[in-house]
Amino acid sequence: MLLLGGSAGSFKLFFQIVKKIPPTINKTVLIIMHRKRNFFSEIEKLFAEHSRIRLKEVCDKDGIQINAIYIAPANYHTLIEKNGQFGLDVSEAVWYSKPSIDVTFESAADIYRERCTAILFSGANQDGAEGLLKIRNNGGLAIVQDPNEAEMAEMPQSAINNKAAEFILTTDQIIELIKHNC
Amino acid sequence: MKTYIAGVTSEQLDELIGLVKGVHGFDFGDYSKASLKRRVTRIMQLKKLEFYDLKHKLVNDGDFFQHFLEEVTVNVTEMFRDPLFYKAICSQVVPYLSSYQHIKMWSAGCSSGEEVYSLAILMKEAGLKAKSFIYGTDINTEVLKEARKGIYSFRKIKSYAENYMYSGLKGSITDHFTIMYDAATIHSELKQNTLFSVHNLVSDGVFNEFQLISCRNVFIYFENPLQEKILELFYNSLSPHGFLCLGSKETIRSETFRKKFKVVNSKENIYQKIAS
Repeated sequence: MLLLGGSAGSFKLFFQIVKKIPPTINKTVLIIMHRKRNFFSEIEKLFAEHSRIRLKEVCDKDGIQINAIYIAPANYHTLIEKNGQFGLDVSEAVWYSKPSIDVTFESAADIYRERCTAILFSGANQDGAEGLLKIRNNGGLAIVQDPNEAEMAEMPQSAINNKAAEFILTTDQIIELIKHNC
Repeated sequence: MKTYIAGVTSEQLDELIGLVKGVHGFDFGDYSKASLKRRVTRIMQLKKLEFYDLKHKLVNDGDFFQHFLEEVTVNVTEMFRDPLFYKAICSQVVPYLSSYQHIKMWSAGCSSGEEVYSLAILMKEAGLKAKSFIYGTDINTEVLKEARKGIYSFRKIKSYAENYMYSGLKGSITDHFTIMYDAATIHSELKQNTLFSVHNLVSDGVFNEFQLISCRNVFIYFENPLQEKILELFYNSLSPHGFLCLGSKETIRSETFRKKFKVVNSKENIYQKIAS
């Protein structure tokens, strides 16, 4: 599984990445993006129109498929179940965020262990730093966007301070990796 | 020094489920495990309990088990959560309900009552409050106490105000509350014809017949077989052509029950019972 987490300032970048994900990626992509609660604009629709593979917002108990991009819905935490399904949770926000990147990263680290890659992008709080560390500790690949390139440096910087970043890469390097199935 | 509590592994969680079932007869076996695991870990961290201590307390401390039950269930709710759901109820369901002599509604898993009072406000605005009765049930007795009071912090009401605005109802959410200091109390007329009581969806049965059942963001905590069992309970609790509302990211997975319900609104997950 490839997990992409970001907050303020990540939208454009995610859009760019979605366009470039190859149909042969052979893995599941899950995007966790902080979003406003009653934000009705249809991000999924816009993303789906430009994606080369199936893209959908996560619904509770959806079977996790490969060669598909999933978006974590607003106002829920997205979890990974042992039986290959997504699970949702409405419990307390983490770092004022629901979806929380920490929650999903930790859940994915738990289930996929070394079989997952997580990339943390721009954002204005510390969400994701703990989760990314767990990904790294469980043998997964933990990547952070270079804070110098991030629109909001706090989120990637927190992960680096937390010793969660195995690699700090530029946006171009990240896109290159994704294009070639990192 | 901060003591670090790692939380439970999947194997420990299974052990705990077996223990709770054996000692207290409460079955978490068909609960969604990823979420349950987070909740149990949260309790361990809040109470600073290692796994061994948690097991010991669950077996030997009756009061603790009650507390564990309250903490393990998620009690996060909002008034007018998913405002477009309420908008859809107004436009697609209320016209149908208005033809009934009495309208009975059931908010299953009502937590601290926000949904019950949201429905009460909606029915009042539709001019149907006098002939409607709303039941709110939950397994957690503590949150039901909160629900009966109908008192919420003003900070919470402030965060519900935006939902209210998007729901399309007229006026403002504060029109339905009396505000004193930093608390807001729901108007007593909205409390009339509401009843809160304990009901366990996993083990309790049909207790009335309803024109509408709302069970939103509860199914997410249950695995598919348990969802199906509860769907049967709801089906048997609905009047012919009664409505079932699920959370916006939930859906009827069971083939059997897909055939027994008609989709009224696929985005807001509103279904109608097909009379047998």
